[in-house]
Amino acid sequence: MATVELSHITKKFGSVVALNDVSFTVKDGEFFVLLGQTGAGKTTTLRVIAGLEKQDAGDVFFDGAPVNDATPAERDTAFVFQYYSLYPTMSVYDNLAFPLRAPGRNLSEAEIRQRVHEAAERVRITHLLQRSTRNLSGGEMQRVALGRALVRRPRIFLMDEPLSNLDAKLREALRIELNRLQREAHSTTLFVTHDQIEAMTLADRVGVLREGVLVQVGTPREIYDFPATTFVAKLVGVPRINLYEAARADGMIRVPESTIQLPAPAHAGLPESFTLGFRPEDVQITPNGDLSGQITLLEPLGVETIVHIRSGRQSLLSTVSGIADFSIGSEVRYRIVCERLHFFDCKTGRRLSLN
Amino acid sequence: MAVSTTSAPITYATRVDKVGVRYQIARALRIAVVVLYAVISLIPVFWMVTAAFKSRPDVVAIPPKVFFEPTIEGFISLLTKRVLLPPGMMEEYKQRTDLNFAERIMAERGQRITGPSQYGQRLLNSVIVASASTVLSVLLGVLAAYAFSRFNVPGKGDLLFFILSTRMLPPVVVTIPIFLMYQQLRLYDTHLGLILLYTVFNLSFAVWLLKGFIDEIPREYEEAALVDGYSRLQAFRKVVLPQAITGIAATFVFCLIFAWNEYAFALMLTSERARTAPPSIPTVLGTGGIEWSAIAAGTLGFLIPVIIVTFALRDYLLRGVTFGALRK
Repeated sequence: MATVELSHITKKFGSVVALNDVSFTVKDGEFFVLLGQTGAGKTTTLRVIAGLEKQDAGDVFFDGAPVNDATPAERDTAFVFQYYSLYPTMSVYDNLAFPLRAPGRNLSEAEIRQRVHEAAERVRITHLLQRSTRNLSGGEMQRVALGRALVRRPRIFLMDEPLSNLDAKLREALRIELNRLQREAHSTTLFVTHDQIEAMTLADRVGVLREGVLVQVGTPREIYDFPATTFVAKLVGVPRINLYEAARADGMIRVPESTIQLPAPAHAGLPESFTLGFRPEDVQITPNGDLSGQITLLEPLGVETIVHIRSGRQSLLSTVSGIADFSIGSEVRYRIVCERLHFFDCKTGRRLSLN
Repeated sequence: MAVSTTSAPITYATRVDKVGVRYQIARALRIAVVVLYAVISLIPVFWMVTAAFKSRPDVVAIPPKVFFEPTIEGFISLLTKRVLLPPGMMEEYKQRTDLNFAERIMAERGQRITGPSQYGQRLLNSVIVASASTVLSVLLGVLAAYAFSRFNVPGKGDLLFFILSTRMLPPVVVTIPIFLMYQQLRLYDTHLGLILLYTVFNLSFAVWLLKGFIDEIPREYEEAALVDGYSRLQAFRKVVLPQAITGIAATFVFCLIFAWNEYAFALMLTSERARTAPPSIPTVLGTGGIEWSAIAAGTLGFLIPVIIVTFALRDYLLRGVTFGALRK
C-alpha cells in the first residue's frame, strides 16, 4: 500500500477547467472519499492518479516519488469503474485473472488460480466464477469488479462511483461489505461519490470538490459539524441544513420575515449581516420552546419524522425521532440549540470563525 | 395456402391473439410475400445452375427446359482447350481405346481435347488477389479506425473526409492514368498491382465502417486493461478486437465481395499472368458459337468461394450488417 499526494493539480479540457489547483494527500491505509456533484472533477482526479489523463500542471506523488511520467501499468493502481466494469467477452474467472495475466507479472497459472479464488471468496462470488459476464445482475457485476481490483494487490484502489448504478437495497449491502473489506485489508482507497451517505459512512476523511476546486478536507465529523462553506453545509446532511440570511442587532440574531430570534454569541467577530445555518436535529420541538410556528408538512420516514415548520414567511426543517404524532396546520413550540449554530459570510459563503 | 381455424387445438399455452382468423391470414400473407421474393431472387441463380449442367442444344432451347438430362459437358469445355476435328478424322479418333471419360464426351461433339484451359489459374488468381487485398484493407482499416476513434489525430476531420473522398469519383474514370502508371512501375499484370489497387479502394470503406463499430465500444474497457498492466497495443488486441469481431466480419465480407467482383480494372490492368476470373469468364467462348453452359459453369465456380465465406461468417453478420443497430 502507498500514500498518494496530489500537489497543485490543474487539468483543462479545452476551455473548461476540470481541476483547479487541487492538492491533497491520501495517507497509507486510509479510506479517502471525494464527494461532489456531477461535473465537479471527481472522476478526472481519479483518472489523473491512474495515469489515464495527464494533468496540465502540478505533480502526483506515490510514496513521495513523482509518477507524472509513469504509464497506467507502471503506477499499479486498481480502478473500479462506474459502468462497463467487466470485459464482456470473458468469463468471470477470466475477468479476475486478466490483471494477473498481464505481461511483466509472470505468474504461473496455478498461482493465478489460487489468487482468483482468494479474491472471489472475499467478495463472495466463488459460485459465479464459471459464468459468462453477460448474465450477471448489477450487484454481482460490481462484486466481480471489486474482486478484479482486489486480486491485484495494487498500491492504491481507485473507485469511481462503484455503487451508484445499483438499487438502494443492494447499494446499502455493498456499502457495508466495502467497509468491511477495506478495514480488513487496510488498503489505501480513493473513493469517488456524489452520495453524501456513502461519504459519511465509508470515509476516514472526505474531500469535497466543487467545480474543480477542493473546498474542504476533513473527517466526516469535521465536514458535518464544521462545514467550510454553505455549499458543503448543504451537500452533507439529510434532511438539509436550514440556511437564512440573518442580521445582528441589539445582541440578538434575527431572521427577517419570521419570528426567529436567537441570542447572539458573546464573542465578537460576527458582522452585521451574515448567513445563519442550523441542522434540523438542532431544532428541538418541545412544549416549553421559546419559538413557535405552524406545521406545514410531515414526512414520516420511520426512524425519524421530518417536520416542516413555517415561521412568518420562512420555513424550517426539524427532525423528531420515530413517527411523530403531530397534525398539519397545528401550532408547535420549538427551540434552536444555540451552541451549534453555523455562521457564513453572506457574499462568499465561507464559514465565519468566531473566537 | 389454406387457412384453417379449426386445426390447432386451443390449450392453456395458446395465446388468444394467435389463433384468430385475422392473425392467421396475416401470417400466411407474410410468409407468401417472403417466399415470392425468395423465388424471384433465386430464379437467375437457378437458371445459372441448371444451365451449367445442360447440353448445348438444351441450353438454348426455347421455351427453356426445366427438365433435362444433366451433363458435365459445360464443365469439361470450361476446363479444357479443344479443337474441332474434321468428320473423317473423327471416326478414327473415336475408335481409339485410350480415350478417358472427358475425351469421350467431347468426342461425341466432334471435338478433341488438346489441354487444360486457364480457368483454374484465373480462379486461383482471384482467390489470391481478393483474399490478400481484403486481409490488408481490414488489417489497416481496423488500426486506422481505432486511431481515429480513440486519439486526437491532428486534422482528424479533414483526414477522414479525404479518406472518404477517394470514393467520390467513379473508379473507372482513372483507369487510363492508372494503366500508364502501372506500366511505368512494372505493376501491370502482376498480383501485387491488383492487390494494392483493391486495398486502396476498400480501405476508405473499411476505415469508415470499422470506426463506427469501434466508436461503440466504450473506452472504459481499454482503460481498465491499461490500469491492469497492459500496454495500449495489448489492450487493443485483447479487449477491443474481440468486441469488434462482428464489425470486422461484416467489413471483411464487404471488402471481399468488392475485390472478388471487380471487373473493369482487372480487365485493363492484367493480361495473362494475373488475370482474375471476372474478365475471363465471358471469354470462355467455345469453338464455334457461345458456350452458354461453359459460361454458366464458370460463374458457378466463381460463386462458390464467396458463398462459403459468407456462410462461415454468418453468425457475426446478422449484427454486423445492421451496423450495430441491433443488439443481442
